[in-house]
Amino acid sequence: MSLSLQAGGSATRALPSAAGTTHTTSPITTGTSVLAVKYRSGVLLAADTLVSYGSMAKFKNARRLLPINSRTLIGGSGEYSDLQSVSDLLKRNALEDKCTADSLYEEENNEECAKEVWSYLRAVMYNRRSKMNPLWNDIVVAGFKQNDDGTTSDEPFLGVVDKIGTAYEDDVLATGFGGYIALPLMREKYRPDMEEGEARALLEDCLRILFYRDCRALNRVQIAKVTREGKVLVSEPYELDTFWDFKGFVDTKAGLGTDGGW
Amino acid sequence: MSYNAAMIPRQNPLDDAYAGKSAETRHLKPGELSTGTTIMAISFSSGVVLCADSRVSTGSYVANRASDKISQLHDHIWCCRSGSAADTQALTDYVRHYLAQLAVETGRPPEVKVAAHLMRRLCYENKDHLMAGVIVGGWDPVSGGSVYNIPLGGACISMPFAIGGSGSTYIYGLVDSEFKENMTRDEALALCKKAVSHAMARDGSSGGIIRTCVVTEEGNVKGYISGNTLPYGPAGW
Repeated sequence: MSLSLQAGGSATRALPSAAGTTHTTSPITTGTSVLAVKYRSGVLLAADTLVSYGSMAKFKNARRLLPINSRTLIGGSGEYSDLQSVSDLLKRNALEDKCTADSLYEEENNEECAKEVWSYLRAVMYNRRSKMNPLWNDIVVAGFKQNDDGTTSDEPFLGVVDKIGTAYEDDVLATGFGGYIALPLMREKYRPDMEEGEARALLEDCLRILFYRDCRALNRVQIAKVTREGKVLVSEPYELDTFWDFKGFVDTKAGLGTDGGW
Repeated sequence: MSYNAAMIPRQNPLDDAYAGKSAETRHLKPGELSTGTTIMAISFSSGVVLCADSRVSTGSYVANRASDKISQLHDHIWCCRSGSAADTQALTDYVRHYLAQLAVETGRPPEVKVAAHLMRRLCYENKDHLMAGVIVGGWDPVSGGSVYNIPLGGACISMPFAIGGSGSTYIYGLVDSEFKENMTRDEALALCKKAVSHAMARDGSSGGIIRTCVVTEEGNVKGYISGNTLPYGPAGW
């Protein structure tokens, strides 16, 4: 049952929409960066919990890191309604897979692995962009690959799909502002066998810097992980500490004798 | 049925993206900085409190997270700046220069009213080229503490309290309900800090630390509240 109000499905016949062409709009409610890094036991994702309404910090406890099935996690930036729509779609698929599985045993589960979710999402995003009606998101997909026999591989998987359907895989990823500010730092510090504590400290540091330098960021954040043991865990939101007491910050700059207040 | 889309003029928002201009920075010249801001001033029994956030942004990037938006115009006259950083700095420089000259010519410290009207003249005569919202506040022996709000077009309005900048829209209700006439110095400071914190929590273009300046006959006391000790933190609810 389609709930779309496009021409042909509208309740009123009086005003046909200027249909057929673009339904694209600029994003209205948006999330900022998502950061992701592979580590020793899996993949770690991080994001703040702010959804902005233009320049207003409207929703400060929103969830942008979402589990899809028991072994895949997505994190989305961009239009929040589209992210929720994507999450619903992927969860619907996961439920269908679960209900139509040949076996109920956990070892023989046929849930999609992260790489499959990523490939499917790429097809979805590219298809929408080809209809000039993109889902306005950059979505990070994290989890593990799949062996040929269907069991979960030991190899972590991390990929991103953007609003025009570009699909890219790497060890370290960031969307939005994170790409400019956090990614160079993350790439510098990355090692394939990082401990969880180290990887987490790296992500928190990057989130803190993003809070300092991104107007659309918040210091309330979430971290999520997918581990080799088959756990998908999303933390509760928590607040990061910030530091402001450099001498150069505290001192007045806009007195009569100074250069003007910068 | 087919529709001739050409008959219906529509601005495709994607055009702006292709032209490279986001909704937030369209009004700025290339590379120009904006003090998307929250500024506030309250006059109390023996003087004036001025208060401002510290974020300077270009679009979504925080160019300076600890700037000083409270500029001194004369010994006991200060102004809070919002709008284009370049425009307000230039205006401040001009007003500072003229006030210094006036003080020498008359042999007296200039009145706050004079400083405000001077600022207003500059903002009004050049309104087509400026994007500046300024609050002038100070103390003088003639009128005591006074606050003048000079919004974008160059009007000059004397008021007991003034709020300005992009973040002020979020605190009109709060300030309207909590302001009282003839507050003490501490009450006025507390209200300023509370209101600016709340604005910083909701406005993406405001943030960082809070700077304050209390101006009385005795002199100026500058204050600083670190970004992690705000009365109401950015994470809020």
